[in-house]
Amino acid sequence: MAPMKVYGWAVSPWMARALVCLEEAGVEYEIVPMSRCGGDHRRPEHLARNPFGEIPVLEDGDLTLYQSRAIARYVLRKYKPELVKEGDLEGSAMVDVWMEVEAHNIEATLWPIIRHCIIGQYVGRDRDQAVIDENLEKLRRLLPVYEARLSVCKYLAGDDITAADLCHFGFMRYFMATEYAGVVDAFPHVKAWWDALLARPSVQKVMAGMPPDFGYASGNIP
Amino acid sequence: MAPMKLYGAVLSWNVTRCATALEEAGSDYEIVPINFATAEHKSPEHLVRNPFGQVPALQDGDLYVFESRAICKYAARKNKPELLREGNLEESAMVDVWMEVEANQYTSVLNPILFQVLISPMLGGTTDQKVVDENLEKLKKVLEVYEARLTKSKYLAGDFLSLADLNHVSVTLCLLATPYASVLDAYPHVKAWWSSLMERPSVQKVAAMMKPSA
Repeated sequence: MAPMKVYGWAVSPWMARALVCLEEAGVEYEIVPMSRCGGDHRRPEHLARNPFGEIPVLEDGDLTLYQSRAIARYVLRKYKPELVKEGDLEGSAMVDVWMEVEAHNIEATLWPIIRHCIIGQYVGRDRDQAVIDENLEKLRRLLPVYEARLSVCKYLAGDDITAADLCHFGFMRYFMATEYAGVVDAFPHVKAWWDALLARPSVQKVMAGMPPDFGYASGNIP
Repeated sequence: MAPMKLYGAVLSWNVTRCATALEEAGSDYEIVPINFATAEHKSPEHLVRNPFGQVPALQDGDLYVFESRAICKYAARKNKPELLREGNLEESAMVDVWMEVEANQYTSVLNPILFQVLISPMLGGTTDQKVVDENLEKLKKVLEVYEARLTKSKYLAGDFLSLADLNHVSVTLCLLATPYASVLDAYPHVKAWWSSLMERPSVQKVAAMMKPSA
């Protein structure tokens, strides 16, 4: 069986979402590195894989998939269906709920903060504190709900880790490297949940490819 | 067995996204309006259903599900699992891809258009035409990809109807209520796909729900 291929740049939080699920699945895979600054994702050969010109893209034999959450679900359904609570009507609903919460609330809120706090300085973009503050405010309203949830169960969809938790990793990784990590640390159950994620070998492996500055300072521009 | 309850107003395309799935799945459900004017969405009763104080929320017995796309999947899994193809790795993967595309490519550019044209005036605001125009241009690029896809298969995930197609219905019905419905005309396979969806009784029922009362 040929290893799965994942196309993209490993520092991408979207790529990380797919990679952490591949690691958890314990499946053999290889990263096919692409250059964002070189515009690889807009070239015809990549558009043939993903007509939206984005990464990550997963190839598993003849199957080509894109959208990080679709990749995550496919890999876990194939190798670790308990991580999407397959066959459990209520459990799978909870996985879906918290994956959606992450998609519409967490990614949307953390990414602008990450762009302005970490990336901006390397790409000539002035830091817009108003954007940061606006999104921190949103985050401060979201975290109490997470805190309440994680006070009644160990992970978001129940007492076992699932795709819902793993899908938070990529964006959280970079947010927690900003000066605003304390916003999350103020919520003890959220902090404990994050620490538990960080302790997982899958997460550590993927994190090793994600320097907190996206590689800019060391000249490994994505 | 009590019918499931879908909380929210039919004005919301997130609510009617769920109604489309529930109708197509043949679920036994009723819509229970939530009164935003009295901040009912922030009431303790509603926060039990959706701790973020938003709509829609679904109650099925003791279970509460929130986030429209999670609700849609729950309805499909419960009452019409063939809409998700979860027994088939490759087909379910394609359904997932196109459900993500709906959220992240299609609805993400339609949302600002619909907000500016349909909602902002209702709230006493104006329509920011620049936002509308920018997002219409993005929408056209997205529709080019959809056109290419629907040239190769009858529906988005393959030659079978799936939840991926249905999740597009509510926002597309809203697009038809704006002056920009004709944006679809340049994409014949998209139009044909949309026409076939419009013929479905479930979609006609949702379209009727969304019409303002005479």
